[in-house]
Amino acid sequence: MDFSLLTTEILVALIGLLVLVVGLVLPDRGKQLVGKLSLLALAIVLVYALIAFPREASYFNGIYQVDVFGNYFKILFLIAGILVMLSASKYIKRFAAKSSEFYGLMILATLGMMVLSASGDFITMYIGLELMTISFYILTAYLQSDKRSSEAGLKYLILGAISSAVLLFGMSLVYAMTGTTIISEIAGAWTMQPAMAAGLVMIIAGFAFKISVIPFHMWAPDIYQGAPIPVTTYLAVGSKAAAFAALVRVFMLAFPPGSISFNWNIILAVLAVLTMVIGNLIALTQKNVKRLLAYSSIAQAGYILVGLVAANTYGLKGVLFYAMLYVFSNTGAFAVATAVEVDAGSTDIDAFNGLAKRSPMLAAIMTVCMLSLAGIPPMAGFVGKFYLFSGAIQAGYLWVAIIGLVMSMVSVYYYLGVAKAMYIGVSIDENPIKLDVPAQMALWACLAGTLLIGIYPGPLSNFVQTAISMFL
Amino acid sequence: MIGLTHYLLLGTVVFCIGLFGVLSKRNAIAVLMSVELMLNAVNINFVAINKFITPNDVTGQLFSIFVIVVAAAEVAVGLALIISIYRHRKSVDLNDFNLLKW
Repeated sequence: MDFSLLTTEILVALIGLLVLVVGLVLPDRGKQLVGKLSLLALAIVLVYALIAFPREASYFNGIYQVDVFGNYFKILFLIAGILVMLSASKYIKRFAAKSSEFYGLMILATLGMMVLSASGDFITMYIGLELMTISFYILTAYLQSDKRSSEAGLKYLILGAISSAVLLFGMSLVYAMTGTTIISEIAGAWTMQPAMAAGLVMIIAGFAFKISVIPFHMWAPDIYQGAPIPVTTYLAVGSKAAAFAALVRVFMLAFPPGSISFNWNIILAVLAVLTMVIGNLIALTQKNVKRLLAYSSIAQAGYILVGLVAANTYGLKGVLFYAMLYVFSNTGAFAVATAVEVDAGSTDIDAFNGLAKRSPMLAAIMTVCMLSLAGIPPMAGFVGKFYLFSGAIQAGYLWVAIIGLVMSMVSVYYYLGVAKAMYIGVSIDENPIKLDVPAQMALWACLAGTLLIGIYPGPLSNFVQTAISMFL
Repeated sequence: MIGLTHYLLLGTVVFCIGLFGVLSKRNAIAVLMSVELMLNAVNINFVAINKFITPNDVTGQLFSIFVIVVAAAEVAVGLALIISIYRHRKSVDLNDFNLLKW
């Protein structure tokens, strides 16, 4: 076994632990510095992960898999983590003495996502999932001065614990029917029986909770609103992508489509349609941008799920492609919301009034990111949705694709509602919003990502094609 | 003769009791205890399945040990969160936590 292939994970773990420990002994000024240094270190790890992308290995009889699919997601999590922490640099001052632990926990959550996306076995999958969610429980409740933050943390903990118990029970039933917990061995070992079906449904329910698919979405708006806004961003972008990675791996490897009597595609199709319709419709009525983005990200999970329903080249490509562009677009939108919250103390839609006059660049970035989320060309979201829906049509799920297209049109309404407030609304405060350098870097990176992927999708598309080759 | 079915039934019953507790209890600490019950039901399942279906390896035993460890971490965080919320509200009744609503 060549453990050097685990360098990415080992480095992230070391950085996370180091930040936690070093933060304890340093004075307040040093804590800010620790955060910045850890970001630099993560950027170096990202470069290493890009170089190590094609390397593959399997550890301990397939319990831990280093493969292109997992490597793709590791790169995605690192990009997301760096962007979120950059955009939050000013917001983090609210945590004062506890700001270095914030970085430490964010990095450990990233490690959890990496383990989750690289796990080849239910045990590793569970450990990764819990490392990610337990870090998020703490992060959600991190704003101790705010009542809503601790309430959101407790709600997330209780609901998250129930969902992992359900997921585990499903895993135990699958283990009972197949005698193994290694995903690739399950494929040949199972027969369709009631207990197996119950196990699968429970596994779907457990993951559906993590990706906040309706009807398992009840936690998402509350937690997204109550949590500190960088944590919300990372929850929406990172934890969702990680759960998708695990879901794709379990279903494509253990239950390959077409070869079996159990048609999970139709179950997911129903969930995806429900999610797209209800998520978008509730988002129409929201008056708070944080909550609006929460419902919008529920709807986005529905779009991504369409790709897994299709389970063909286009669909899977769409899942990975959309997960990546979603990082840029959604982080961009949330980063602008963070800047507004730091300035105005609120994310109500009124706080965005007249933003175009105060800070034209912020308003432009918000508009571009939201149009990308709505799927308007030439932004990246269009290409992503093109892959997802053409995959669904190829696989014979025309009705899913049509509903998806209609609901994307509906979503334009509420995205443009924010744009309307920014460009037509009038603000009393005329001063531009001041941004620090890291936040500006994050915003420019999000804008560049959203536009570049949209105008020139070729390179990312090839990259994604390599990453999904192991499933097809 | 007690076989796998009995253990799985026991696991399911304990799991349902835990789920009922989570849904019906109003005290946050009682809810955490009910969640523990659900996780322990899973442990019963894993250990029993390991004994009856794959007696030659220890995958199920291993899984249940991991579940116990992670559950302990989860409860530690949970209790810390309850203390933090108690400082704000002077209450651990879930009905009082109603600032966030759709």
